[in-house]
Amino acid sequence: MTGQPRLAVVGAGPAGLAGALAAAARGVHVTLIDAADQAGGQFFRQPATALRARRPQALHHQWRAWQRLRDGLERHVTEGRTEHLAGHHVWCAERGSAGSLMVHALRGAAQDEGVAVRADAVLLATGGYEQVLPFPGWTLPGVVTAGGAQAMLKGGLVLPGRTVVVAGTGPLLLPVATGLAAAGARVAALVESADPRELLRRAPVLASQPGKLAEGAWYAGLLLRHRVRTLARHTVVEAHGTDRLEGVTVAALDRGGRVRPGTARRIDCDTLAVGHGMLPHTDLAETLGCTLAGMAVRVDGEQRTDVPGVWAAGESTGIGGAALALAEGHIAGRSIAARLHGTEPDPRGWAPAARTRARLRTFFAAADSVYAPPAGWADRVGDDTVVCRCEEVTAGEIRGAVGSLGAGDLRTVKLLTRAGMGWCQGRVCAPAVAGLTGCPLNPGRRPFARPVPLGVLAALPVDHGEKD
Amino acid sequence: MNPLELADARPGPAFTVTFDGRAVDALPGQTVAAALWTAGVTAWRSTRGSGRPRGVFCGIGVCFDCLVTVNGVPNQRACLVPVRPGDVIRAQEGTGGTND
Ligand SMILES: Cc1cc2nc3c(=O)[nH]c(=O)nc-3n(C[C@H](O)[C@H](O)[C@H](O)COP(=O)(O)OP(=O)(O)OC[C@H]3O[C@@H](n4cnc5c(N)ncnc54)[C@H](O)[C@@H]3O)c2cc1C
Ligand code: FES
Repeated sequence: MTGQPRLAVVGAGPAGLAGALAAAARGVHVTLIDAADQAGGQFFRQPATALRARRPQALHHQWRAWQRLRDGLERHVTEGRTEHLAGHHVWCAERGSAGSLMVHALRGAAQDEGVAVRADAVLLATGGYEQVLPFPGWTLPGVVTAGGAQAMLKGGLVLPGRTVVVAGTGPLLLPVATGLAAAGARVAALVESADPRELLRRAPVLASQPGKLAEGAWYAGLLLRHRVRTLARHTVVEAHGTDRLEGVTVAALDRGGRVRPGTARRIDCDTLAVGHGMLPHTDLAETLGCTLAGMAVRVDGEQRTDVPGVWAAGESTGIGGAALALAEGHIAGRSIAARLHGTEPDPRGWAPAARTRARLRTFFAAADSVYAPPAGWADRVGDDTVVCRCEEVTAGEIRGAVGSLGAGDLRTVKLLTRAGMGWCQGRVCAPAVAGLTGCPLNPGRRPFARPVPLGVLAALPVDHGEKD
Repeated sequence: MNPLELADARPGPAFTVTFDGRAVDALPGQTVAAALWTAGVTAWRSTRGSGRPRGVFCGIGVCFDCLVTVNGVPNQRACLVPVRPGDVIRAQEGTGGTND
């Protein structure tokens, strides 16, 4: 190892990039590892290079912020302070001997080649993924997550279909609906189960967020321009079709989250882009032994986890959007640099970022309470609806595990029904199983963040840190 | 307007792959899932239990609904795997262990 301290950053989204840049600028050697072929994460996802998009910004907000991050990364890479390992899927991170940390990744087209990166500190910036709660018909092809539709659009420049309904709850539905419409889809409706006007009732929070208000007004304008009709306090009760989505039934909700009788109507569509909020990626933090707070990684004011040498930033520490991820990443990078140089960090150096962080955390706490999935969603999931998509476990089987077999927690439900035992390891179905059974939702305790070929486990991987 | 026009994309020439023996055009840089979507294909897997069709769900590698067989290798996530000229893509049935 050279004398320069080494940081491994997992995730090249807003949080990881901000952290990498802040640390590299302060004399830390950074290895930035990300599964995607290009930096950017979810918010700044770029079209594949070979598509040669000359106007990628047409699909993006905050293009300037992206340019700054991208140019900064390029500069650090050119000048040898940072390496960017694209196309590397991290499956595990562990503490090695003498306090060093090892990050294990898979690369190659079939992801069967092992790579290990040794570092003095790790920044987990793995972001989150979208939560979708089940409803009849949600496994039909043509039903995709809202973020997934957007990811396919931004990265592959493709649309899922011609006529789209965007539905669910949460602020993400707005960029998804307007993005799909701008790219040529007919967005037949934006169906939001919450009442966004509720946010206005939280005046003290909003008053401190003029930016958020402006953003909301801007989206409202776009929706109008693309003639997207918005149905607030409505939900999709069923998706129809045999082998492919053909339409959805939407209905109005009362204040208790129940469907108002007589309000159901059908909207024909070939795509339903649906999402009910986001969940943090915490697998790597779990394998390292970091304490979680609820579903997110717990961090202190410097973005440190409670495992020495391990920091976390962005959506892995709680859902709050790209600007919050940037602020947290920046703070983490500065803290890491100071600590690795053996000095006490001076929080005054990151005071503006800390103020942004505090403001946005307050805002998203309020938004979270407004954009909660409607209270009555679980009652609308019929016993024959598949809940665990991988293992094809139905709501009836899951209810039975609790009702007749007496399961009292997610783990027991999983053992009795196989819900959560398949490929995705419960990432998709856990919130639904919790909601249907009343069991507390807790993180999954998955052994690995990615499926690992046995050959990789058996062979001693190449130590990337030693190679150069 | 379509997404390629919106982003003013000038990809290299399209190439051919096959999906269940049928020729399908694909663009350099796209994933297998994106190429199949462009060809109007939205399902390429049938589930192990009830044989139901599935395709992309999460689009970012989390859900494993989009599993497909590429060049004889089953269980590839179509939303992550880049498509390459000449790829032989097959719909995956069940675990994908027996059909190649
Ligand atoms: C599909 C999707 C679309 C979204 N679209 C929007 C939007 O339009 N507007 C908006 O405001 N917010 C959007 N969000 C929310 C978005 O996550 C945040 O705003 C922001 O991107 C969070 O930044 P981050 O750096 O914390 O995480 P991300 O941007 O999610 O970055 C995390 C990165 O970590 C990588 N990663 C994760 N696990 C591993 C691993 N094990 N190995 C290797 N790499 C790994 C991922 O490839 C990713 O690049 C979207 C989220 C999702 C899931
Ligand atoms: S669509 Fe979810 S993993 Fe590919």
